[in-house]
Order: sequence, then C-alpha cells, then structure tokens
Amino acid sequence: MFAYVVKRLISGVLVVALVSMAIFLLFWYGPSSPAQTVCDRETSNRCGDRIEIYERTLGYDNPVYEEYGKFVQGVFVGRTITVASNEYECTAPCLGLSFVTKQPVKEALVDRIPATFSVAIGGAFLYLLFGIPIGVAAARRRGTLADKALVSSFLFISSIPYYLFALLTWLYLTITFEIPFFSNTGYFSPITEGPWAWFSGLFLAWVALGIFGCTQYTRFTRGAMVEALSEDYIRTAKSKGLPTRTIVYKHGLRAALVPVVTIFGIDFGTLLAGTIFTERIFEIQGIGWWSLQAVQNRDLPVVMATALFSAVVLIISNLLVDIVYSVLDPRVRLS
Amino acid sequence: MTSVPMTQSSMSEGSASEGPLLVVEDLKVTFPTEDGPVTAVSGLSYSVERGKTLGIVGESGSGKSVSSMAVMGLHDAKSAQISGSIRVGGTELVGLNESKMRALRGNSMAMIFQDALAALHPFYKIGKQLEEAYLVHHSSASKRDARRKAIEMLDRVGIPQPDRRVDDYPHQFSGGMRQRAMIAMGLINDPALLIADEPTTALDVTVQAQILDLLQDLQREFNSAVIIITHDLGVIAEMADDVLVMYAGRCVEYGTVKQILTAPEMPYTWGLLSSVPDVLASTDARLIPIPGNPPSLLRPPSGCSFHPRCVHSDKVPGDLCSTELPPLLPASVGAAHLRRCHLADPSAVYQSEVLPEIAPDLVEETR
Repeated sequence: MFAYVVKRLISGVLVVALVSMAIFLLFWYGPSSPAQTVCDRETSNRCGDRIEIYERTLGYDNPVYEEYGKFVQGVFVGRTITVASNEYECTAPCLGLSFVTKQPVKEALVDRIPATFSVAIGGAFLYLLFGIPIGVAAARRRGTLADKALVSSFLFISSIPYYLFALLTWLYLTITFEIPFFSNTGYFSPITEGPWAWFSGLFLAWVALGIFGCTQYTRFTRGAMVEALSEDYIRTAKSKGLPTRTIVYKHGLRAALVPVVTIFGIDFGTLLAGTIFTERIFEIQGIGWWSLQAVQNRDLPVVMATALFSAVVLIISNLLVDIVYSVLDPRVRLS
Repeated sequence: MTSVPMTQSSMSEGSASEGPLLVVEDLKVTFPTEDGPVTAVSGLSYSVERGKTLGIVGESGSGKSVSSMAVMGLHDAKSAQISGSIRVGGTELVGLNESKMRALRGNSMAMIFQDALAALHPFYKIGKQLEEAYLVHHSSASKRDARRKAIEMLDRVGIPQPDRRVDDYPHQFSGGMRQRAMIAMGLINDPALLIADEPTTALDVTVQAQILDLLQDLQREFNSAVIIITHDLGVIAEMADDVLVMYAGRCVEYGTVKQILTAPEMPYTWGLLSSVPDVLASTDARLIPIPGNPPSLLRPPSGCSFHPRCVHSDKVPGDLCSTELPPLLPASVGAAHLRRCHLADPSAVYQSEVLPEIAPDLVEETR
C-alpha cells in the first residue's frame, strides 16, 4: 500500500513537470506573444518598437529553456525577479509575478483557493445529499411511472449544457424574479464579512451546481443500485430473512456506492481545480475565473499557476479515489 | 387447469403421524411480462418429510428454481403472481404477510444457492455474513454469541482454522469452501427445511462429492427436510429419496429415486437418462441428447408440453399428444409413482426401445 502510494506520487510529480513544460512551450511559441499583449495594453495600443523592452522585461529575449529553468528554480529554491528596476525577492515555491498586476502569483492563488473550495464543497454536498437518496428511491421503484418520469426529466436537465443551465438559473433568480437573497452573488470571506454574506453569496452557485450534479448522481446511483439489487447476494440476504431496509442499504447501497464514489472522486477533484463557468457566471473570484482571465490576458505566470494547481489537485484526488476504492472493495488490493 | 393435484396420501407412504413438513399443492407461479403472462410453474404438488430428501430435476427454465423460490417467498410480490398452497409445518405461506414470512425465512427454512461467489456479499467478511443470519432471528443474542456460533458452524462444515477464516472475505475462500460457508450460513438457525439450488453445479467434481457428503451428514444431524434442485441425475442418485421431474413448469414424473432411475415412464425422463454420460458403461452405450430446445413458457406447446421433442408421440393414437395435456396418473408399477404421458404402456416402450440403446449391458443382465 505504502509503496503503491509512493509510486503514484512519483508518477504524479512527473505529470506535473510535463504539464508545466507543455504550457510553457505552448505559450512561448504560441501565435500571440504575451509581451505583445502586455505592451499593447500598457501603451494603449501604441506599442511599436517598445515591444523589445517588454520582451526583455518578461524574459522573452532569452532561450526558452533558460526561462523555464528560472521558473523551475523559483519553484524549488525561490528567485529574485526584476521588474522595472525594482527587485522582488520571490521565495520558494515561487510562481512568479503576474504580467498584468505585477503582484506575486502565489499570494493571489492562496487568496482564491477558499472561494473555489467553498463553491466545490457546497455544490458537491448538495448534489450528493439529493442525488444518492433520489437514485436509491428510483432504483427501488424501477419501471414505475414515477421512476420513468424522474429519469427522463433528469436526463433532460443534464442534456442542457452546464453553462447555459447556470446562466439561466442566474438570469431567472436574480434578474427576472429579483429575489434579493440571490442577487448579491460572489465570494465573501466568512471570517471578515460574516458567514451569512458568505452563504448568500455562494448559495446560487451551489444551487446551480447542486441541481445539475444531482441529476447526474441520481442517474449514476440509480444505475449502480439497479445492478446491485439484481445481484445474487441480494437474493441471499432476502433468503436470510433480513428486513428490507437492511437488504437495500446495507447490502445494496454498500455495493452500489463503490462506482458512485469513484466517479465522485474524479468529479470533485475537477471542481476543486476550479469551476470556470460557475465562478464566471456567479462572479466568484476563484481559481476558475482567474485562470480564464489569465488566458485572455496571456498572463503566463498565472496560467502556469492555475494549470499546475489543477494538475496537483487532480492527481491527489485520483490517488485518493484509488485508496478509497481499495478500502471499499476488499477484493481490490493495491500493490 | 387440467392438471390433477396429487393427494397427500399418494405421496407420503408410511408417513409419520405428524405428516410431511412441507406440502405444496397446485402451485402456480405467473410473471406478467410485456409479451404477456409467463406461467413458469403450474399445477405443481409435492411434499417432503423431515429427514427426507426430494430431488427436483429438469432443464434450465423448467421451473425448478422458480417453484423453490416461491416456497422461500423470494419472488417480488409485484412481479410474480402465486396461487395454490404452500404449507410449512402447517403454516400457509401463500398470501402470508411479509413480516411473518421474514420470520420464517432463514429460520425455519433456508436456501443455499448455486454460485456461492455471487451469492455471498463480496464486501463483507464471511463471519459477518453468518453472524447477520444468526442475529436477525436471535434478537436477544449478543455479537459475541453470534461470532461463536459462526465459528462453530464453519467448523461443523469442515472449514479448517475456522476461528481465523471467519475473518476472511468470500474471495479469499476456494470454491468448495465458499459453498461450505454458504451451507453453514443456511444451517446456522437449524432450519427444518433446507432448499439446495444446484449446490454443486459450480464446483469441481471431486469437491462436488465432498459437498454432497456434507449435506447428507448435516441432514442426518439436523433431521431437516431437504429439497435438492439439480439437472444432474448423479446427484439425484446420491442424495434423493423421492424425485420430481419437471418440464415446462409442470411435474411430468414423480416417484421414489429407484422408480425414477430404474423404471421411468415418461419419455422426457428417458431423455434425461439417455443424456447422462457414464465413464464405466460399455462403449456400446449411446449418449442420446434430447432433440430440440426447452419450450418458450410465453407460448407453451399445446397438449403435452414435451410433444414437439418427443420421439414416441407417434405411438399415441390420433393427435392426442398435441391436443390434450396428459393428466398425472399412477404408473403401471409401484405405488406413488406418477407420470404425465399418453402412452398406453410406457414401461414396455422403455424396456424394448430405450434401455437397449442407453444401457445394453443392463438389458443383457435382465435376460
């Protein structure tokens, strides 16, 4: 088990390294140079010859491997960054300074994590809370009119693209019906601005994520549960004289949860890595929105930081899924 | 329904004063499907006494498992319509409410299944599954009692080091040990009736014999009534006192094991006997498969359900076989031997036509 985890962590580090290289190269040789974008913005589109200054400032006059080397050095031991004759001491793990705000990326990343995690945890909590019990109930009533109505209406919701669904939720609840509770969306720190502001600011995002995720998790749970309930061991449980509740939950749901937990682990990792649509639509200053802005601004250090953050979160969540899987299913032994 | 339900007296020859433990009368099980109702079992009657074993034989889909699951009340009330009578120890099970049924299930009657790997829950330890079966019917027992009982039962069915193996998961057991554990779980509450649904089908031949021996030992020890469902006539010869041959949801022949194996009077039983390979038999003996496939229960054949596959139906005058369901009538020899066939003298046909084909040496002996 320990050896397995170490092996997975090593391969995870390799993946992170490859992701960082790929992003660096893509940006370096991409069609529009970050230096050009920054120069255009800061000179009000009268960049002209001043592009060279910007290229030098951003390090674009150096070979790519040298700049990548600097980035890696910054991550592991820290480095000194010179911006317009000001020296900034960037301690490890240094993720550089934003091209746009000239602020250290690491601090900005740390600032945005609570918003993204709040969205992810609240949304996931809601969709599990409703998705799994509804899925179990539908599986037990498989083939009835209620089950069919539920499955087809949920299929309808989950075939709407998520961004459209979230946008419509926002439009209707805040603009059309002007429900005051929902109107002020965004992330407010529960500590400095109070838990109520935090709750009401994120609530709409949770509802959108929750409803959409609930439709999917209902279907996953229903499918897994229908399969589990048709297994031979359910018939055995019944033949032992166990009460229906024990048969459905202890024997049926216990088995059905394994695939659901596996899907959830990966889904939740994706949520934690940043929910671009949710954050953009509900104006939550999280990692997802930040990465979107960074790509639009060709803000390479921020793009790197958000991409590496996603990679790390996904690798960890995948590893956790595997570990949880081996705990849930004794037939799986990690080696 | 044209079938004639057997009377109790016709089966329980020399029965004890208390009568048979399990009495099934005119059982009918129907499943409504999108293509129409499927009658999986109809007009089935039998009885089993304590200490006796009834073997139910038939092909897949002949209704042997469906009828036994009806006895255990394992059919979903929404998807199966059950009529007739099933009495265990005098209690009528058809129409019995679920909570009373649950109190009987696993307690007065237990069932062991064919594929123990699938029938045991993969995520719970063997011991936990046995303890659960014990605790559900012994609400006053402690977990410690249940564990001791589980270890005791594992020991009884011949699991080595039961105090250690009790904490294993089913996948850590071998196939034979899993079936033993399954049997231990079935017998943990000392049931009066044990139904074994193809208990040896998924096992190696050598292990099969061990499991059958174990079942016989346990039956003697617990004095339970046993129903063994199988398509293996070898198992029948080994285990059964009485035999019920099922075809297309009906009893087609019923008798003692000796009557069924030595003087069968129904062409389907002949077919089953002809399909059994015997390693010791003379090489002249032929293995004759039954032609065709089991019929669809959605649209069962008219008349005798076996007539489309029966090679002897031309010996019956007219088209009786395809128009009229033969009643279950006493056979030519032996009391309590019943068969469902239009042939005037099936015994003669068996002796002159079937036996020389399948067991020429046996014919030599009798001459």
